Amino acid sequence: MSQFDLSKLPQGRKGFMHDWGSDQRAFKGVPWGKAMMWIFLLSDTFIFSCFLISLMTARASTTVEWPYPSEVFGLTVFGTSVPLLLIAIMTFVLITSSGTMAIAVKYGYEKNRKLCGWFLLATAIGGLTFVGMQAFEWSKLIFHDGVRPWGNPFGAEQFGAFFFMITGFHGTHVSIGVIFLFIFSRKVFRGDFDTGRRGYFTSMKSDYEAIEILGLYWHFVDLVWVFIFAFFYLW
Amino acid sequence: MNMDDEYNNKIETKAADSSSGSYAPPVEKIPAKENAEQDLYHAKSFWTKWVFCQDAKVIGVQYALTATAIGMIGLILSWGMRLQLGFPETFSFLGPATYYQSVTMHGMIMVIYLLTALFLGGFGNYLIPLMVGARDMVFPYVNMVSFWMFLVAVLVLLASFFVPGGPTGAGWTLYPPQAILPGTPGSEMGIVLMLVSLSLFVIGFTMGGLNYVITILQSRTRGMTLMRMPLTIWGIFTATILALLAFPALLVACIMMTLDNLLGTSFFMPEIFTMGEQLGTSGGSPILFQHLFWFFGHPEVYIVALPAFGIVSDLISVHARKNVFGYRMMVWAIVIIGALSFIVWAHHMYVSGMNPWFGFFFATTTLIIAVPTAIKVYNWVLTLWRGNIHLTIPMLFSLGFIVTFVNGGITGLFLGNVIIDVPLSDTYFVVAHFHMVMGIAPLMVVFGAIYHWYPLITGRHLNQTLGKIHFWITFVGAYAIYFPMHYLGFIGVPRRYFEMYDSPYMTSGVGLNQFITVAALIVGFTQILFLYNLFTSWYKGEKSERNPWKANSLEWHTSDFPPTHGNFGKELPVVYRWPYDFSVPGSDKEYIPQDVPSSQVPTAKAERT
Repeated sequence: MSQFDLSKLPQGRKGFMHDWGSDQRAFKGVPWGKAMMWIFLLSDTFIFSCFLISLMTARASTTVEWPYPSEVFGLTVFGTSVPLLLIAIMTFVLITSSGTMAIAVKYGYEKNRKLCGWFLLATAIGGLTFVGMQAFEWSKLIFHDGVRPWGNPFGAEQFGAFFFMITGFHGTHVSIGVIFLFIFSRKVFRGDFDTGRRGYFTSMKSDYEAIEILGLYWHFVDLVWVFIFAFFYLW
Repeated sequence: MNMDDEYNNKIETKAADSSSGSYAPPVEKIPAKENAEQDLYHAKSFWTKWVFCQDAKVIGVQYALTATAIGMIGLILSWGMRLQLGFPETFSFLGPATYYQSVTMHGMIMVIYLLTALFLGGFGNYLIPLMVGARDMVFPYVNMVSFWMFLVAVLVLLASFFVPGGPTGAGWTLYPPQAILPGTPGSEMGIVLMLVSLSLFVIGFTMGGLNYVITILQSRTRGMTLMRMPLTIWGIFTATILALLAFPALLVACIMMTLDNLLGTSFFMPEIFTMGEQLGTSGGSPILFQHLFWFFGHPEVYIVALPAFGIVSDLISVHARKNVFGYRMMVWAIVIIGALSFIVWAHHMYVSGMNPWFGFFFATTTLIIAVPTAIKVYNWVLTLWRGNIHLTIPMLFSLGFIVTFVNGGITGLFLGNVIIDVPLSDTYFVVAHFHMVMGIAPLMVVFGAIYHWYPLITGRHLNQTLGKIHFWITFVGAYAIYFPMHYLGFIGVPRRYFEMYDSPYMTSGVGLNQFITVAALIVGFTQILFLYNLFTSWYKGEKSERNPWKANSLEWHTSDFPPTHGNFGKELPVVYRWPYDFSVPGSDKEYIPQDVPSSQVPTAKAERT
């Protein structure tokens, strides 16, 4: 029996036809977990799309004026009001954490345990900072500006409702990601992926591909934020 | 390039004719292994073996039993409705609120917690790893959590029967604003528990669904190409993809309605006056909910139907000893139906007040679905044509499926047209249509499949006499129940009405309603007979030989019978052909299992698949 050789497969359109016409795997050389994450993200995309499309319909059909985001989300720094300041910082932090995540994946594949762990930790802290700033943003809107899910002083009722729901749902995603980033950085530092230590719940071995899979999730959460940013804050 | 390969293969096989004495069997090229041997968790205690079990087969049975249990409650609720409709003002325990709660819970339970869970969670878990030649699902632990999530969803749903105000009575579509306003039964706690239960179901299903998809795509055995998979797997696969893309809309709708209810947001709530006072809501869109709900709801129909299509194709082929007619056409029809199901949802909303051009668009897309569906029906009939039809119970149910499905499909063509739908909308015609097409037809397949695979699961046959009684009463009874409903719809009897009182069109409807009720009770009790058969045959049934139906697919060719944890023996099987090599010309064998290489059946003149 010959060994399966990934590099000998046909490429391009021919390769596509070959892979889908072949046995065993439709995505050649793709680990199960990675394929699973991609399909999950596709499903999750539909969730966020439903949220954002609902937001668009509410916004397009509102009879009351929609609040002006630049004003609502402005911060007053040294007496001057800067529109979207906090959101800009939040976005910057989140996108930067995507960068550190990518570096962690690289070091993971190089089996550079220490650096991989540190960059995972940096990513987790970036995510935590994001969630913290979001908590600050929420409390400012709720306690200072009087924005509520059922109404706000700026205009259409749905503004607050959609804001808390969509950013809350995204924030939950970020928080789950942060928890996993912490868990994974501990696993990396402990060397679980080198020694083949079995998982606490699943009792399965894992390897550095798991870092890439977590990375996929993290990049997705960041990408979704870009859309939320565009549709909620810039529109 | 693919076409060429196939063509060359055909020539190659034809050239390998064994008429000459010195025949050298063709050398099969066995592909190299791509998947490492799967690391499985081996249960050590009773709890990890039978309760918190990671074996997909046990999880499948757990899913099926839970779904059946909750389905029995759905059945009993339907009796309540039928008693009220057939004999109004006779039973003191039935008030308007109870009636609406029965309607709602019956609908939701049957569509989601019974049929979806049974086809995907039950048959999906049991059959996917066995049929594609895998040791288990790719992530057994996640698969286990999926079932427990489903169980919690079911328990939350059951809890809603015991909270103040009872379960929701908003109709299974849960349309706001009425679903969460006072006056609707269960608007206090029932609706919240329903929405929470649905959300849990979606989360649990996603965990299972990802497993099904990846097991099929990435964990097939050597030689098992997509076009060699049994149609059962194709149906379950496509339905799972639909579910993964459609359930998000339901989840979002559930979240938004929960917020509307608990936090007082106005996603779906317009300005409303009630009891002379204005509620604090404004500017929301009830139609938005309908769009979200039906973007889930229509694919949901096919989530139930596609596994049924797939399974019935296999049953017909095995029990008629003939290959599936137009296998590739059947596969593409499943995929095309699945894709189309995402662009037809608004045909449920013709009377909701849409732009007329919307109706035009959605009527067109809806009627296009008739094309792949008709292909499937023709192919089932052509599979039967000149086949060696064994009138076993699975075959009886399959034939019953074809008839009821054609029936329900044709009324679907009526309702897909805007101008015919508008007068028929919200009448018993609609009730008859969807019960026929997505109630009775898939259930026929469920029953057929259970009679077919019961020997595989338990090693014993179900009682055949009870089975025949079960089939005939269910089949004839289904017609007795739903045929008159078409007529009731034509004379204009609206659905969901608690009582018709002295409406003029009820003069001819009264007798019919009583007839339907009696039929429904009889059919219902027959299902209890079936359950009795199911449980007693487990230990008393006639012992089954290995592969009693002489099928070709891998699940019947495991090392142990019934299959044990890990499914196959030391080595996973290698697949050389499709699962439909029955009565192959030139072969001395009546059927050739998928794992038999050509060298062992040198005289078979099968085209290579």
